[in-house]
Amino acid sequence: MPRGIARWAGGAAAVVLVCGCVTINIYFPAAAAEKAADKIIDEVWRTDRPPSAARPADKAPAAPAVPDTKP
Amino acid sequence: MNVSILPRFLACVALLASVLSPQVAVAQANLEINTPAINAIKNAMAARHSQLEPFLASGAVGLTRDGMVALRDANAVPLNQRATVNSLVAQDNQDRAALYREIARANGHPEWEADIRNTFAQRWIERAPPGWWYQDAGGGWKKK
Repeated sequence: MPRGIARWAGGAAAVVLVCGCVTINIYFPAAAAEKAADKIIDEVWRTDRPPSAARPADKAPAAPAVPDTKP
Repeated sequence: MNVSILPRFLACVALLASVLSPQVAVAQANLEINTPAINAIKNAMAARHSQLEPFLASGAVGLTRDGMVALRDANAVPLNQRATVNSLVAQDNQDRAALYREIARANGHPEWEADIRNTFAQRWIERAPPGWWYQDAGGGWKKK
């Protein structure tokens, strides 16, 4: 039965290979996640812009200089 | 007889490698963060940030250890702005939860949501400017 054994061995090797690949794939990619997080944080906090450009916009709502003058 | 098995086995290996290796490569290189859902959440958070930023700077709002924001000192907020800050915090937390969930889903691994949330929690705190408050691992508030 050498053919049966060879086929069985081939099947077993394939199963081991698939399990190996799936195992690699389910590891959480921590470094990639940090990179992704930093990119999103840059865009949400606008930390990629120079601070001087962001300042005037920040100050505007803090100083509502126009008084409410209703008759 | 082994000779007839070998080519078939090699073909199998080649097929598996070609199917699985791109996913492995993507997982190691980059996470997908450029989807319409993620961009929409990101833009909403960026638009809200200009309103939330003064409260983060004053210490009224802090960054939590689970990647959210929380009202940590209501007394630092003038009475007439308390409803505003509460609503900003609630909206931002809704977007943050959706963001972590969407990134996990966009990458085909919904089970990564908690890991993504933890990564973000660390990065928000790490990147926060001096003067902002954050929660340490034990849950206590600290000032950067």
